[in-house]
Amino acid sequence: MTTLWTQLEPLLPQVQKPARYIGCEDGMQTPEHGPGIVSWLLIYPDTYEIGLPNQGLQILYEIINERPDGAAERSYAPWTDMEAAIRQERIPLFSVDTHKPAGEFDVIAFNLSAELTYTNLINCVDLAGVPIHSAARADNDPLIGVGGHCTYNPEPIADFVDFVVLGDGEEAVGDITELLREWKQAGKNSGTREGLLRELSKVPGVYVPSMYEVEYDGEFLATVTPRYSDVPETVEKRTVADLGDWPYPKNQLVPMTEVVHDRLSVEVFRGCTRGCRFCQAGMITRPVRERPAEQVSKMISEGLQRTGYDEVALTSLSTADFSGIEQVIGQAVVDQGADQVSVALPSLRVDAFTVGIAAEIQRARRTGLTFAPEAGSWRMRQVINKLIREEDLYGAVESAFSQGWRRMKLYFLTGLPTETDEDTLGIAELARNCVKLGKTHKSSASVTVSVGGFVPKPFTPFQWFGQNTVTELNRKIGLLRDDTRRAKGVQLKWHDPKATLAEGITSRGDRRLGPVVEYVWRNGGTFQEWSEHFSYELWLEGMAAHDLDVDWYVHRHRTEQEVLPWDHLNAGLHKDFLWQDWRDALDELGLEDCRWTPCYDCGACTGYGIEHVVASATPPAGGSQGTGVDLASGGAVPVMLQPRPAQSTEGAEVPVS
Amino acid sequence: MSENLNLRVRIAFEKYGKIRFTSHRDVARIWERTLRRASLPVAYSEGFSPRPKLSFGLALSTGHESDAEYLDVELDSDRVDEDFDPEALVADLTERLPVGMSVTAVALIDRSTTSLQQAVTSCTWQIDVVDVDADTVAEAVARALAAENLIVTRERKGKEVTDDLRPLVLSLDVKGPIEAHNADSVIGVRLLAELGTQPRAVRVSELLATLDPPLTERRVVRLHQWIQNDDTDERSDPLSAAVSPAPAGAT
Repeated sequence: MTTLWTQLEPLLPQVQKPARYIGCEDGMQTPEHGPGIVSWLLIYPDTYEIGLPNQGLQILYEIINERPDGAAERSYAPWTDMEAAIRQERIPLFSVDTHKPAGEFDVIAFNLSAELTYTNLINCVDLAGVPIHSAARADNDPLIGVGGHCTYNPEPIADFVDFVVLGDGEEAVGDITELLREWKQAGKNSGTREGLLRELSKVPGVYVPSMYEVEYDGEFLATVTPRYSDVPETVEKRTVADLGDWPYPKNQLVPMTEVVHDRLSVEVFRGCTRGCRFCQAGMITRPVRERPAEQVSKMISEGLQRTGYDEVALTSLSTADFSGIEQVIGQAVVDQGADQVSVALPSLRVDAFTVGIAAEIQRARRTGLTFAPEAGSWRMRQVINKLIREEDLYGAVESAFSQGWRRMKLYFLTGLPTETDEDTLGIAELARNCVKLGKTHKSSASVTVSVGGFVPKPFTPFQWFGQNTVTELNRKIGLLRDDTRRAKGVQLKWHDPKATLAEGITSRGDRRLGPVVEYVWRNGGTFQEWSEHFSYELWLEGMAAHDLDVDWYVHRHRTEQEVLPWDHLNAGLHKDFLWQDWRDALDELGLEDCRWTPCYDCGACTGYGIEHVVASATPPAGGSQGTGVDLASGGAVPVMLQPRPAQSTEGAEVPVS
Repeated sequence: MSENLNLRVRIAFEKYGKIRFTSHRDVARIWERTLRRASLPVAYSEGFSPRPKLSFGLALSTGHESDAEYLDVELDSDRVDEDFDPEALVADLTERLPVGMSVTAVALIDRSTTSLQQAVTSCTWQIDVVDVDADTVAEAVARALAAENLIVTRERKGKEVTDDLRPLVLSLDVKGPIEAHNADSVIGVRLLAELGTQPRAVRVSELLATLDPPLTERRVVRLHQWIQNDDTDERSDPLSAAVSPAPAGAT
C-alpha cells in the first residue's frame, strides 16, 4: 500500500497546526485494502478541527470498517498553507489514517453540512488528482459521493458528484459497498462505469444526478426526467427505524490536537417534531427516533472511561425534549459524580425546567448558557412556529441568573417572512429585559445577542419565500445596532449578510449554478465559511459571468405551481403539507408538537411505516412550547404516544461494545 | 482533605514519531485524558473551574522529539490506594498513551521539590541539519564557539529585546555526517548541543539562526534535561534529583 508519509513529513514543520495531518487519534483505524475490499475515503470538506468531531462521518467510518468487504479512512480540507505546500511538491490529497493517496480509493465521499463548503469539495477532488466533472471521469477514477443535510438539494453540485445519499447513511453505505465490490472484483472494466452508476441509482436513497435529464422553460425549471425506465422518478430518503440498533460511534475518535466540540458525544435522538418552519434539520430528519435511555447511559459511562474526556454532550435537535432526559442525567450524576464530569446540552429548550437540568449537570464547570428564541415578538414566533412565550424566556433567564450564571447568549434570525421593524426591534427589547432580570442578581450580568440572516431551505415550509436582500438585512441589523447602542449589558453580534446571500444562491439553486460554484473555486474561493477567505465579489462575478440573476435565484418568492429543483427528491414530507404550513405561517398560526397531539400527516411517519419512537411514555416536564399547555402551573399534557416497537425492547440489552 | 499531605509524582516520558507534531498544549490535554483513563486520583484546584493539578516542564517545540520529558502530578492523598506503587504506573500509563508517547520512569517526589520550570538548568539536544556540507557546519560551529557573544533580538511585549546566547551555549559539537531521512541525495550533519535554560531556555531554532551561515534543522531530539547542583557541582536528571528519601504521606 502506498503511503505518502515520508513525503509529507518534511513539509509539516513549515505549516500551521501540523497535527491536523498526522491522524494518530485514539480510535483511528488502519484497515487493510485489497481486491475484494471496497475502500472509502470519507472527507469533511473543512479544516480538521471542524471536521473531526462530525458524528455522521465517524459513524460511517466504523460501520464500513466493520464490514469484511469495506475499508474506510478519513481526510479533511488541507488549510491554504498545506494546500500550497502539497501542490508545490505535487503530492496529492491523502488520508490522515495511513497517508494513502486519495486517488487510490474506490470511493471519495463527502459530508456536506454547509453549502459554503462546496468549493472545498471541488478543491479536494482536484487535489486528489480526479477530474472535477463527473462526466470527465474514467472507469478507474474513484466515485465521488456526498451525503449530509445539504444533499436535499444537490443540484448546484450535480456536475461534480457521481452519487448522492439522501437521509441516514448507516444502511445505505452497506448497499453501495456491496454493489461496488462486485464491480471492483469484475475489474472495473472500461465502459462499465455508466452501468454501475445506473445500478447505483436503483439503490434506495441513492440519487445519481447523471441519470436524469433536466429541461428548462425559459428561466424556469420544467422537468427532471430519468434517462432510463429503470431509474426511479423520485428518490426517497433512507431512514433508520431504530437508533437502538445503531449504537455508533462505539469508539469515538479522540484527537491529539484541539478541535471544536472536544468532548464525548452521545446522540440521544434523531428527528424533531417541534415543527420550527425555518429549520431544515427538523423537517428532513423526521420522524423522531429516540435512543433507549439505558443505552444512552451505557454509552456515556463507557465512552467517558474509554476516552478520558470529562465532558459529554447529549446531542439531538432539542435535547431537553428527550423523554428519557431525567433518567439519563440522574444516572450520569450517580455514575460519574457531578464534580468530575460535566454534561453539555448543545440545544437548550427555553424554559426554567431546562435550566434546572443544566444547573444539576454543570456543577463542575459552568460555561455560558445559550438560548434560541429565534424571533423578537410572539407574532413572529407564531409565524416561524417557535412557540416560546416571553414568560418562558424570562422564566429561563431568571432561573439561570439566580443559579449563578452571569452571562448568556440569545440566538435570533432576521429577514424572516412577514417580519416588520417592530418584530426586529423586539429582539433588542427581549435582550434588554433579560439584562434587567440579570441585574437584580448580579450587577455584571450581560447578554450577547447573535443575529443571523435567514436563508430559506429546501423541504421546509419557507422554501417558497424570497430571501431578504443584503441591503435589507443590513438595514435591520442597523436598526438593532442603533437600538442596543446605549443598552448596558447587551452585546450585539451578527452574521455577514453577504455570506447569507452566497448561502442563499447555493441553497435553492438548480444545475445552472454548477459553473458558478466552479468559477468561485477556480478563482481561489476556498474556505468560504471563513470570514477571512469569504469573497462576496467572486459569487457575484460568477453569477454575472454565467448570466444568472441573483434576484431571481435568491430574492424571488416562488409560487405553488413552480417546479422546484428538488422536487424529484423526497425527504418524506408531503409537498401539500409544506404548502399548507406555509399558508399557516402567513396566517400567524402555530402548530403544536405532534408527539403529544394528533398527527398533521406531514408524511414522515406514514410514508415510511415508521412511528415516532420514544424512550419514555411520558413527555418531559416543563415549558409550554408545542404543548400549548402551561406545565409550570400544573397543566397536563395530552399524551398520544407510539411506544418503542416490541421487538427492540425484548432482548434485555442492546449491545454497546 | 488536607491539601499539604497530597502526594506528588514525577513522570518521565518520551515523545517520538508522528505525535511529535502535537504542541505543548496538546500534550497537556493528552495527559489529562490519560490520567483520567488510568483512574489516577489526581488532585483538582478549587474554585469555579477546577483544573487537575499538573505541572509540566519546559515546553518542547512542536515537531521536536524527546527522550526526556517530565511532568509533575499532584495526587489527592485521601483517594490514593494504600498500596500505591509508582513503578506500576510506567506500564499502566504507557498502555493508555498514544502511539509514540511512553513513560520511562515514575517516582514519588518530595512536596517541597522545586518546580521543573525553575529547577532545570540545561538540556542536551541532538540536532540534524540539512542542505549543507560538513565543512560549512564545522566552520559555523567553530565561529560560534570562538565568538564572545551571540546576539539575538526578539520581540517581547511589543518591545525589541537583545539577548546574548553565548553564555547559554554550554557545548556544541559536530558528531558527523548522517544519512538523510529519504533515499534522496541530501546529506545532513548531526550536532550535539547543551543549551542553558536559565534565565530563559534557548531554543534550537534560535541557535541555528545565529550561526554563520544560519543552518536549517531537520530532526531534533531532546536527549536530556539537567539540574545543576551548585553545592556538589554535579548535574543530574530531574527524576533522580528529586526522588524523596521515603514515600512521605503514602502511609
